[in-house]
Amino acid sequence: MDGYHQRMPLEGEVRIPSGCAISGIIDRSGKRFSAREAITSISVMHDRSNGLGGGFAGYGIYPEYKDYTALHIFYYSSEAKRTCEEFLEEHFDLINLSKIPTKKHPAITDVPLIWRYFVTALPTKLSFSQLDEDEYTARCVIRINREIEGAYVFSSGKDMGVFKAVGFPEDVGEFYMLDEYEGYSWTVHGRYPTNTPGWWGGSHPFSLLSYSVVHNGEISSYDANRRHIEMYGYSCTLQTDTEVITYMIDYLHRRMGLTLEEVSHVLAAPFWSTIEQKEPKEREEYSYLRNTFASMLITGPFSIILGFNGGLMALNDRLKLRSLVAAEKGDRVYLASEEAAIRVIEPDPDRLWYPSGGKAVIVTLDSMQEGEAHGHQLPVSAL
Amino acid sequence: MGINYLYPPFEIIRNQDRCITCRVCERQCANLVHHYDEDKKRMTADESLCVNCHRCVSLCPTRALKIVKTDHIFKENANWKTEVIEDIYRQAGTGGVLLASMGTPKDYPVYWDKMLINASQVTNPSIDPLREPMETRTYLGRKSSKISRDAEGRIIPNSSGQLKLDIPIMFSAMSYGSISYNAHKSLAMAASELGTFYNTGEGGLHKDFYHYGKNTIVQVASGRFGVHPEYLNAGAAIEIKMGQGAKPGIGGHLPGSKIGEDISATRMIPLHADAISPAPHHDIYSIEDLRQLVYALKEATRYTKPVIVKVAAVHNISAIASGIARSGADIIAIDGFRGGTGAAPARIRDNVGIPIELALASVDQRLRQEGIRGNVSLVVGGSIRSSSDVIKAIALGADAIYIATSALIALGCHLCRTCHSGKCNWGIATQNPELVKRLNPEVGSNHLVNLLTAWNHEIKEMMGGMGINSIEALRGNRLMLRGIGLNETELKILGIAHAGQ
Repeated sequence: MDGYHQRMPLEGEVRIPSGCAISGIIDRSGKRFSAREAITSISVMHDRSNGLGGGFAGYGIYPEYKDYTALHIFYYSSEAKRTCEEFLEEHFDLINLSKIPTKKHPAITDVPLIWRYFVTALPTKLSFSQLDEDEYTARCVIRINREIEGAYVFSSGKDMGVFKAVGFPEDVGEFYMLDEYEGYSWTVHGRYPTNTPGWWGGSHPFSLLSYSVVHNGEISSYDANRRHIEMYGYSCTLQTDTEVITYMIDYLHRRMGLTLEEVSHVLAAPFWSTIEQKEPKEREEYSYLRNTFASMLITGPFSIILGFNGGLMALNDRLKLRSLVAAEKGDRVYLASEEAAIRVIEPDPDRLWYPSGGKAVIVTLDSMQEGEAHGHQLPVSAL
Repeated sequence: MGINYLYPPFEIIRNQDRCITCRVCERQCANLVHHYDEDKKRMTADESLCVNCHRCVSLCPTRALKIVKTDHIFKENANWKTEVIEDIYRQAGTGGVLLASMGTPKDYPVYWDKMLINASQVTNPSIDPLREPMETRTYLGRKSSKISRDAEGRIIPNSSGQLKLDIPIMFSAMSYGSISYNAHKSLAMAASELGTFYNTGEGGLHKDFYHYGKNTIVQVASGRFGVHPEYLNAGAAIEIKMGQGAKPGIGGHLPGSKIGEDISATRMIPLHADAISPAPHHDIYSIEDLRQLVYALKEATRYTKPVIVKVAAVHNISAIASGIARSGADIIAIDGFRGGTGAAPARIRDNVGIPIELALASVDQRLRQEGIRGNVSLVVGGSIRSSSDVIKAIALGADAIYIATSALIALGCHLCRTCHSGKCNWGIATQNPELVKRLNPEVGSNHLVNLLTAWNHEIKEMMGGMGINSIEALRGNRLMLRGIGLNETELKILGIAHAGQ
């Protein structure tokens, strides 16, 4: 609290715990559908949010630009926009740019400038950096968010996009007219922060490259995780759980080349007593992952849905201190904080279950090759 | 012989109504304080010999004895305090260096007591360790930074030697020589039972204790006492002792009077010869030399054992630690200046080095800034007195804790701080067989196991309160700490906010 002005501290100036609602839908056949069902699903869980943040992530929504990175950016001044665009011009080829279409909504106010850019790394800059394209893009995004005041990149993946605002999530969906987008998967988040300056960047999903995370919980390992991941060039500027979880997933999956299954064995590692009961080979592997990445274990309550190109992963903390439900109907898989949020859009699922704590539910498109959901190893020089 | 200016610091109060003249006090006191006065038919005492170790008080069957501080005073003076004046008398009388034992008794800030621990309320649940798993297991050693896979894509576990600790607390180095055979045996037995480690110190490993090897850390210090291939391979890890918190920058001296047959054989030195550890290792005058010793020890043990480098907390400790982290060492042990010793020059003990809390905080932060915190584990010691000190140390960034003074107290030590006299009435810091046998290793080990089991219960309770069910999620989790009554510089070094922030 700024004592003189009685101003609430901004997101990132203070750590804000929050409760939340999450929901996710994927069609494994790759069939694309609008965000309408996600909006309906999250609206049932209205009381799990408090109007201080909501948002969506859609995958497969930009097929015509699927080889380009889609940057979604909030600007709080035209000055910030100018500075940021200069930076973008310096580092990327801008293939297309436009305002993100929105519709006035009475409950969504204090709207910043919201822009979208389809970009690709400038080849000369990229080769000079000795990084791969993902790492290059990630570093540019982290730099904008850290250094350009009033500009905030909230989506930076390919063939995917995040849409978020301060408000109830169902209103945010209407505001961005998400009825008009079609994707093969959607995730959505309604936020219940315990205090907030009402900054749009603080809403969720949180996203880096094509990873997006919606999260419900308050992790007790936060500072252990943060201080560890910041060793690898990440900057936890928002001080939220979701941010640090996203960075850990990016590090483990993209940079260390772990599979998502293995990532889940790090983030929500089984108890040692459970590991000891496993077959020798498995036991060795679980122990190795848990010990090697000990500082990335997450404790305290969480349920997350990770969106990535080609799939979704849901994961609960080891004790299952937050609700998380999964269901299946034909090609569709549903994930949500509450069963009601699934039943409202699919009253008659083929199967409905409560995933155990620490047991990842990983759903990928049928078209994905075995191993495609794995990360890839980055050359050591780039790390 | 001139006049003795020193008045005894203690008075021995004997309740003659209670005293039954059983003379147990007389028999128990190695300092020869108590006597039976045949004429008066009662006990008397020469308090000038008393070190206030409480052996007589504890064993008096009628509780007839107590020791109090004398109220004899010098003319009060805030600058020239009693101990200052007395030290000058001592040195003027002897021309010698003042010797002292155990950690400094001076009133330096204890930062553990100026930090408060967090707990969950409403927004996330606390966890009940009686009903949910609560994990305190820790592994020490270098973490691999690259994933290797076999042809089928399965991960190849490629970590080099790791120490597995069921509780994040180990017994730190105390040599056989500085402490007794029975004290060593108590530590070894307790470490085995607790699933942790004790440390041989620089005096080699007695042949009787080789079978505790998997719970033993063998030390290599500047005197190289008792170091040979079998010794190096006997333990689970090897510790290179570069320094000790109580006496940074100087070596050690075990007087010949303590070098009996067993110690002579264990240390591989002649009977009754003084055992002098040089101040530096004479093969290590710089960091690149340290690297050579680290790898020499790894070669000698075929890369199966982690190597610990133990240093005293001194002013530029973070730069030193950064160098060690790049030297091939797997674990850095830092010993704070309040740490104990069997004997040290008092001026050094009381004035050289820095508190472990500040050293730990700055080392952990520095290694993270350099991105090499994962290269090494950090173990800290130097006056860790309770489970809450342990919690605070881990939250500041330690992987595990070394305790020694707390362990000795559990064995019966009363902190009389006269270990260097060799007349420890509790059988701990002595080689006198009559005194050594007062410490029963079974009982001693049991007390140590009790102490750490109790601490571990408390650690679990506090972790559960914070909503943390695994010790690694507490490590470096500085948000779980707040300072109380600390200035901004102290808060900045500790990397914590003030209470209320």
